[in-house]
Amino acid sequence: MNTSTSVPDLECHQISKNFGSVQAVDQVSFDIPPGSFFSILGPSGCGKTTLMRMIAGFESPSNGDIRIKGQSVLGTPPNKRNVKMVFQHLALFPMMNVYDNIAYGLRCNGVKRADIDRKVGDVLERVALPDLAKREIHQLSGGQKQRIAIARCMVLDPDVLLLDEPLGALDLKLREAMKIELKLLQHQFNTTFVYITHDQSEALVMSDHVAVMNEGRFEQIGTPQTLYHKPATSFVAGFVGESNQWRGTVVDSTTDSISVDVGTGFKAIATPPPGAGLASGSAVTVFVRPEHISVDRAHHAAADASAKTNELSGTIDSLLFNGANSRVLVRDLTGELIEADITLTGGLDDPKPGESVRLSWHAASALCF
Amino acid sequence: MTSDAKKLSLLLLFIPFALWIALLIVLPHIGMFELSLKEKIAPRVYEYSLANYKNFVTEPIYWNTLLRTGGVSLLVTFLALLIGFPVAYYIAKVAGKRSKGALFLLCLIPLWVSDLIRAFGWILLLRETGVISTALQASGLIDGPIEFLYNDATVVMGLVYTVVLFMIVPLVSTLDGMDNEMIEAGYNLGGNGFTVLRRIIIPYAMPGIVAGCIVVFMLSAGSYLTPILLGGKNSSWFTEQIYDQFITRYNWESGAAFGFVLLIFTSFVVWLGLKLSGQTLSSTVAKS
Repeated sequence: MNTSTSVPDLECHQISKNFGSVQAVDQVSFDIPPGSFFSILGPSGCGKTTLMRMIAGFESPSNGDIRIKGQSVLGTPPNKRNVKMVFQHLALFPMMNVYDNIAYGLRCNGVKRADIDRKVGDVLERVALPDLAKREIHQLSGGQKQRIAIARCMVLDPDVLLLDEPLGALDLKLREAMKIELKLLQHQFNTTFVYITHDQSEALVMSDHVAVMNEGRFEQIGTPQTLYHKPATSFVAGFVGESNQWRGTVVDSTTDSISVDVGTGFKAIATPPPGAGLASGSAVTVFVRPEHISVDRAHHAAADASAKTNELSGTIDSLLFNGANSRVLVRDLTGELIEADITLTGGLDDPKPGESVRLSWHAASALCF
Repeated sequence: MTSDAKKLSLLLLFIPFALWIALLIVLPHIGMFELSLKEKIAPRVYEYSLANYKNFVTEPIYWNTLLRTGGVSLLVTFLALLIGFPVAYYIAKVAGKRSKGALFLLCLIPLWVSDLIRAFGWILLLRETGVISTALQASGLIDGPIEFLYNDATVVMGLVYTVVLFMIVPLVSTLDGMDNEMIEAGYNLGGNGFTVLRRIIIPYAMPGIVAGCIVVFMLSAGSYLTPILLGGKNSSWFTEQIYDQFITRYNWESGAAFGFVLLIFTSFVVWLGLKLSGQTLSSTVAKS
């Protein structure tokens, strides 16, 4: 290690890409410090794949600059960039066995035979599949293919590893396991990973930093906690995690509290976004996460109601049982459905559909944009 | 449907195919094989012997013609692959979704015209008084008329033109099945254009390449019209020898033997090709 630790592994400076009149990527800038796990999260069609293809060199940006370890790579063809990519469908070569798949890149670089042997052995050891060198690709399980695809890139010692939704094709159980494994592999190789996904739970679980992308722009870059608890825009608030949403107009606003008429006679008290003074009369959306809403039976509410600034009453429409993540759907007096987290123990105490309940939450946990 | 009715319908569906194979392929070949083993010892008196096959081996002109046919057919196959591969690659990987269909159709159009007409088309272009010779004279590039017909190059060109489509079709279908990611991964991991072609695209397309080569080789070695019309009497194509035995010399026994020799020879070449490329019939021709 030398002074290069201060130079970001990957920097994008104001890059844009348009296809004809379509602006796929619009003035995106970011830099990624060495050895971190960075995710780009966005709905399909938001331009994240285009952004990744520009970093890998398969597309060239219309504007802006891409720097790897401080060096601009705009004029460098894909096969000369030290950025490796794990493709969406992995793109392992079916006509080669595991050993040849991993050795392919080394051979392209003209590495000596004995070194190839040693490096392939090493990398297989590191992804914990030391005995698979002679296997054919079609004999591998989904998780093994995944690890071979990563090994095939990591053996070349890249500056940045790009991953394009590689977990999409796996079944749920394996996907959960691979999330943890990817994070561990990233730690072990200590290489910068750039992970593209539309699945927020993948991004939140694995990443050090996440960029939320929408319509070609970065909405917010931050740690998973920041994105979840302090979203900067209404898109981030709606896209990351789940929320109940109300549209309405501001009727009264101070610096740390805002009251919103959502049109159903219910006046929601919420926290305004930092810095932006929302004037009375402007249209806003209020976001409240299900885990911040507490559900009490109507007849013994008011225990600590004074502490909570928002209150609504309604009847239970249905219960969505999912173990520890169970939900209740409550229909309020105007007929809107509100989701709230709840603990279902399976005992007689559990709420049942049709019961009247009171919902309440703090103004601090209601965000407004 | 009861299982009996099911069996019956299967049988009925299978019958046309079985009849076709039995009556038009198996029976004639058994008859020909029997014929090829007969030797005429006096008018209307025949005896079983290997004389016809012995005759083929001892007469150099016959097996030279066969080897020449095989050699030229291999050259035709190679040229068809050389021309067909870029065309197929363009159709499968470079062309857009809409132009793909149009390009494929363009390749098919020549098939709507019979072999004979296409060969005459070449004759119109290439003969001494044909389009090319006249045009070259008019432009002053040559002084006298030139005969482009009746040489090996013309035969090879005509054959390649006739068979190249049968190379393109299986190649397009295999290359179409190849994920673009695979090619990009080839570059991403450090390969240049040549490495990607040699290590990834060609190995991936191997089943299609072998399937195309088998079909093209068989078609070329068994073709009759093109070599005769474009090569004339000098073309020395083996099918011409077979025709000669049957029609000119009226020696059906010898002609039948030659037919079998050609069948065995081409089958052997195909077998050798499969062995050398490490493919099997079921992984190539049967697949596409």
